[in-house]
Order: sequence, then C-alpha cells, then structure tokens
Amino acid sequence: MKRIETVIRPSKLHDLKTALSGLGIHGLTVFEAGGFGRQRGHKEMFRGNEYDVDLIPKLVVVLVTQDELVDKIIDKIISVCYTGEVGDGKIFVSTIDETVRIRTGERGEGAM
Amino acid sequence: MEELVAVGVTEAVQAAVLIQVNLNIVWTLIAAFLVFFMQAGFAMVEAGFISAKSAGNVLMKNILDFSMGALAFWAVGYGIMFGAGNFMGASHFFVSPLVENAEWVFTFFVFQLVFAATAATIVSGAMAGRTKFVSYLIYSFVVTLIIYPVSGHWAWGDLLLDTNTPWLVELGYIDFAGSSVVHMVGGVLGLIGAIFLGPRLGKYRKDGTSQPIPGHNLPLAALGVFILWFGWYGFNSGSTTAGVPEIGYIALTTTLGAAAGTIGALITSWVTLKVPDIGMTLNGALAGLVAITAGCANIDPWAAVVIGAVGGVIVVLSVLFVDRVLKIDDPVGAFSVHGVCGIWGTLAAGIFANDLADGVTRLGQVGVQAIGILAILAWVVVTGVILFGLIKVTVGLRISKKEEILGIDIAEHEADCYPDFRKDFTKI
Repeated sequence: MKRIETVIRPSKLHDLKTALSGLGIHGLTVFEAGGFGRQRGHKEMFRGNEYDVDLIPKLVVVLVTQDELVDKIIDKIISVCYTGEVGDGKIFVSTIDETVRIRTGERGEGAM
Repeated sequence: MEELVAVGVTEAVQAAVLIQVNLNIVWTLIAAFLVFFMQAGFAMVEAGFISAKSAGNVLMKNILDFSMGALAFWAVGYGIMFGAGNFMGASHFFVSPLVENAEWVFTFFVFQLVFAATAATIVSGAMAGRTKFVSYLIYSFVVTLIIYPVSGHWAWGDLLLDTNTPWLVELGYIDFAGSSVVHMVGGVLGLIGAIFLGPRLGKYRKDGTSQPIPGHNLPLAALGVFILWFGWYGFNSGSTTAGVPEIGYIALTTTLGAAAGTIGALITSWVTLKVPDIGMTLNGALAGLVAITAGCANIDPWAAVVIGAVGGVIVVLSVLFVDRVLKIDDPVGAFSVHGVCGIWGTLAAGIFANDLADGVTRLGQVGVQAIGILAILAWVVVTGVILFGLIKVTVGLRISKKEEILGIDIAEHEADCYPDFRKDFTKI
C-alpha cells in the first residue's frame, strides 16, 4: 500500500478529482495549506503600507492505493496539474504499513 | 375692514405656498438621501454574492461609480437629461447658482444624481470578479455622462422644465420612478458588459454545464437587500418630488410589490429547485421592487401584488436561463433583476394603470410602453456595445488569467478583505 501526497494549485482540484475518479479512485482527503517553494507570494498593502504575503494557498491531496496503481496515478496527476510555471506542486509517495476501516474493523487492502 | 381681511388671506395663501415649496424640498432631499443609501445596499449585495477574493474590488467599484457619476452628471449628464431641448437637453451644464429657481434646481439635481448612480452601479455586480478597474472607471463616467441621460430625457425630460416636450412624454409613456429609465438601463448594460467579458474562470465546466461559484457571505447579501428595500421607499415615494398625500399610497404599493416578489421567488425556487433558496429569495425582493417602480403611483393595491409576484417568478426563471442556457456569467443576477423585471414592470405599468394617457386605449397604452422599452433598449444596446467595445480594444476590459486566479483584490488593489482569515483558498 502506498500513500500519494500531492501539493497542487487550488484551481486544479476539480479537474484532478474528475481525472482520478476515471482511474477508479473514489476516495481522497484534501487539506487546505499555505506554503512556498520556488514560487514566492505577493505583496499586499493596507492604507499605504506594504507587507509580504509569503504563504501561497495550496491544497494537499492525500490518497492511499495499491502499489500497482501508483505510476498510473502519478502520470494522471502530472497531466492535470502541469502548467509549466513555477508553483505546479510536488508529489510524495510513501509506504503505508496498515489501513483500518473503523466501521468494520477490516484491515489491509480491503479497508482502502 | 374687508380690505384688511383680503390682505390677511393673501398673506396666509403666500405663507401656505412657501411652506409647500419648502416641504417639497425637504421631502425630495430626504428621499434622495434614502436613495443614496441604496449604494450601500448594492455594495453589500454584490460583495456578499461574490467570492471573498473579489469583494474589495466590488466595494471600490461601488464607491467609485457614484463618485465618477456625480462629477459626470454635474458637468454634463444633468443638462442632457433635464436641460432645455426635446430629443436631448442642452442647458444647466455644471449646475450653476445663477439659474432660475436655483434652490429647486439643486434639490432636483441631488435627487436625480442618486438615480443616475443607481443605474450605473447595477452594472458592477454583473461584471464582478474579472473587470479591469480602470476600465470600469471609464465605463461609469461615460454612462452617467451621456448614455443614461439621453434615454432618461425621452421619458422624464419635462420634469424640471415643463416647456420641454420629449417624445416619449408626448406619447403618454408611464415610468413613474424608473423601472426602465433606471433599472432596465443598468441591467442591460450589465448584460452587455458580462458578454464582452466572458465568464469568470471555472464558471463553466469543459462540458459547458454551469459550475456554481457561491457567494462568500449571505448575511452581507441579505443586509444589502434590506438596505435596498429601505432605500426604495425614497426611490418610489420620493419620485413625487413633492410633499403630497400620494407618498403614503406609493409606499403601500411599493411594500406590496416587494413582498409579493419575495414570495413569488420563494415559491418558484421551491418548486423548480426543490429548495426555498436563499439567494433566489433575496433576488425576488429586489425583483418585486424593480417591477413595481414604474407603476407604483398609478395602480390598485391588488395590481401591485400581481406585478411584484410575477417579477419574483420571472427573476428565478431568468437567472436560470441566463446561467444555464445563454451561459452568460452574471454573478449577482443584475440583468435578471433589473433588466428583465424592469421590462416587465414598465409593461405592467401600462397593463394595470388606473389613469391612461389622454385619448389612449388600454391596448394603446401597453403599445406606448412597448415602444418606450424598445427605444430605450435600442439606445442602450447600441451605445453600450460601442462603449464596451472601445474599452476592450483600447485599455482592455478584463484582467489576465493569472491575476484572476490570484484574485482581483490582490491583483488590482494589493488587498485582501479578510487578512486575518488567511486560509481563504477560493475554488477559483
């Protein structure tokens, strides 16, 4: 089992959800986040005085899936989220030791 | 002895006349101040119905279209609308203290300015979230300078100088407080602006279906609707521009129209959408008010209920039609509320009028109403297309895609209305 964690532009969420359902992914978790990498924030002004807003709004999309689907999902995420400009986001893949469905107590892949 | 009595009577008559003149000024100005407050109503409705990232820009548009409009109307607009002339006026430019009957000219100017600014500010809602700020400033100056005053002169050009004989007035056109002169003009200009702009990013999905971009603050929108309703008593009752008994009657028909519009929209949304929809019901109150505006002084109370209720029904259907069929992005429903219900209200003023113009049949009156609507529409569409077209090819009408994703508040004003709630990650 793998956990795929993707940082995306908020405007891409709708398309990403649609594309992932096409792959049979019917559940994911989204966190609202703010962050910066190479893409920097913008300036704002309040009554004449400027200040920096460094943290750019991002969404972190998390899903857990079988090992064999990982590459397919990564390709799909890239095709949806690519604009070519700084700030397209990143994908992190990690291994999951266990998954448990709270309602039934199922464990492992059956619980995903 | 008889002579003394006669002198006493003359003095009493003169005093009564003076009191009436002063009363007219006082009432007309109180009404004008109420109508001015409608600017706050529009600002709140539009801010509430738009995304948080665009709210500040809408507020700027609202305060600026009044301010640009005030200067334009003072310099030129008022003279075109109410100065001497039949197709359009051409006197009273830069409203000077030297004119005859100056106190009344000033009072009437303030009263008419707040109406002109109402027409101008309706547009900001339809164009919210994506219009270049400087382009909106140009638009708001020109609309109050010339577009609104010319068609306004046709319907109301004899109100200041009764020697004027504008052609719609001669036909017996009824638009007491401005369903067409003010609201239809603003609503149609808003629609033209929205068409020239195109929809906000993400408003329509790839398959063409409508993607809701929910308003960010319904309580603000509701406050705006209540403020507008409150201000509308000045709009309609004030259009007597005189302290006369009719103002009470007009307040009654205005109330009935608004209430029936609210309920009409409530029921329509409940039946068609299966939900007593909040936004649609709020729009319904405004629809009833717009619809009742033309006929409010000249109809029976039951007719006020019918006019308002029909307005409430058609505003819901129109909002859905514009959004789903025409696929024009009007974030606050400005065209449906002001344009469509303005047309309905003006026709209804003929259908339900108690007093018809001299020698005109009922059918003839409705015909006159239709002629007036079509003439004003033609003028506004032609000038609106030229204006927005010229702005589009010169300074540009729309902000860039990048700026729109970032949000027009940040892109145009380097501002965020809710900096303490930084996790404002709007959908697009």
